[in-house]
Amino acid sequence: MKTVLEVRNLTKYFNGFKAVDTISFDMYSGEILGLLGPNGAGKTTTLQMLLGLTTPSGGEIRIFGLPFEGHREEILHRVNFSSSYVALPYSLTVRENLMVFCRLYGVEKPERKIDELLDIFEIRNIKHIPARRLSSGQLTRLCLAKALLNDPDILFLDEPTASLDPDIADKTRGLLRRIREERGLSILYTSHNMKEMEEMSDRVIFMDRGRIIAMDKPEGILRRYSGRSLEEVFLKIARG
Amino acid sequence: MNISRILAYTTRHLYLYRRSLPRLMEIFYWPVLDLVVWGFISVYLSEYRGGLPAFVSFFLGALILWDVLFRSQQGISVSFLEDMWSRNLLNIFVSPITPSEYIASLLVISFIKLLFASTVMVFLAWLLYSFNILTFGFHLIPLVANLIVMGWSVGIVTTALILRFGQEAEVLAWGIAFLFQPVSAVFYPVEVLPPFLQGIAMFIPSSHVFEGMRAVISGGDLPVEKMVWAFGLNCMYIFISVVFFFWIFRRVKEKGLLTKIGE
Ligand SMILES: Nc1ncnc2c1ncn2[C@@H]1O[C@H](COP(=O)(O)OP(=O)(O)OP(=O)(O)O)[C@@H](O)[C@H]1O
Ligand SMILES: [Mg+2]
Repeated sequence: MKTVLEVRNLTKYFNGFKAVDTISFDMYSGEILGLLGPNGAGKTTTLQMLLGLTTPSGGEIRIFGLPFEGHREEILHRVNFSSSYVALPYSLTVRENLMVFCRLYGVEKPERKIDELLDIFEIRNIKHIPARRLSSGQLTRLCLAKALLNDPDILFLDEPTASLDPDIADKTRGLLRRIREERGLSILYTSHNMKEMEEMSDRVIFMDRGRIIAMDKPEGILRRYSGRSLEEVFLKIARG
Repeated sequence: MNISRILAYTTRHLYLYRRSLPRLMEIFYWPVLDLVVWGFISVYLSEYRGGLPAFVSFFLGALILWDVLFRSQQGISVSFLEDMWSRNLLNIFVSPITPSEYIASLLVISFIKLLFASTVMVFLAWLLYSFNILTFGFHLIPLVANLIVMGWSVGIVTTALILRFGQEAEVLAWGIAFLFQPVSAVFYPVEVLPPFLQGIAMFIPSSHVFEGMRAVISGGDLPVEKMVWAFGLNCMYIFISVVFFFWIFRRVKEKGLLTKIGE
């Protein structure tokens, strides 16, 4: 299997506090990798470092075999990001928002791309509506559409389904899996929804206080901690 | 520098002004009010005082040119704030746009907004007071250019401070330009300032611009040495402001604050 992301001894200190503590892992092409752990475990910090938004204190990151330093544009062209804590300019319509990002990423045939993604996320009907009038589920899907505009090879998602109702969350998971099948996209994502983790992830990375304490297929983790569900394992670990 | 990315980010703001009436109004609201209120005050005063020649022209010219400085600073800082408010900054910074392209694009936006606001002001001053600043002719170019570049420097520094200190620094976007107003000698000559403020004014590009403007209105020539001096200062300040921005940007990434801005 091809490795698209290599992380070696990645570390982040904030004023002497170790938020991420010498973690190492790989992600393979087409893999869905779930990052889970209690609040403050260092998941968001890890994702931010992978995206070049936070500078690591130590360690190495290689994306598509390239170090971030000196290859920022090249890497960012082939990855994308979405999260429940980002949104889009609310005065702009859905189409205008996506058009801006099409141009930022240099997407060819932007109109076609936009329609295609709006169809995938079933939000073509709101194409000309300003983002401020969208429900939070619609906004999340718009953000996901934005994250797929450049046909990324890796998608980083920080709690993408946090604000969604169970129905839309389920649909979104289905969509992400489908897109993964169709395009061989790799996804690294965080969530506090353990059922979702079990269902979605090929492998799970369990972080606690900045360290990776387990990394395996969901079944492997269940076996190792003799739990029936990830939720049970999570509680076991989080409560010591 | 990738021009199409610079223009892409510019479009984001153009769309905004097409969609948002309040924001479109805001471009014109203050300049028009300023011009109406201060314009009539100066007309009124000039009738009574009688003594000071070209009083109204000094005032109107000062209002229009001050707005150039103020707008070009705001065009930068407020555009940045727009993305902070709409939680869009991370989307921008995970896209391939580089920090230099981002700044370049803010400059373009600031210039476009300024162009609209100034056109309205110039037209209104002519309509209400038969004051036509365009009679300055080519003198207008060095005057305006120096004010724009100074506004850019102040805007870039302000943006860097908001990036670093978040919402607490937001007020700078609205107020910082006025910090320079007393020493810019906008409405009065530098010579009325006490000596130590005159000393400071020497190093403020806009003070030379407004001195130059009064010289032109009084029928004299544009003092070339003042313009060159202002230009030199501006080159230095814009360079410093860009270096400052990059330095802050790096610090912010080290401190992991990009995700926290606006919270
Ligand atoms: N910019 C920062 N400055 C100082 N400390 C920070 C900063 N960002 C994060 N931290 C700290 O680092 C630790 C990890 O935070 P992080 O946001 O990565 O956790 P997380 O796993 O994403 O948690 P959650 O599940 O709550 O989202 C926390 O203790 C947090 O307080
Ligand atoms: Mg988090």
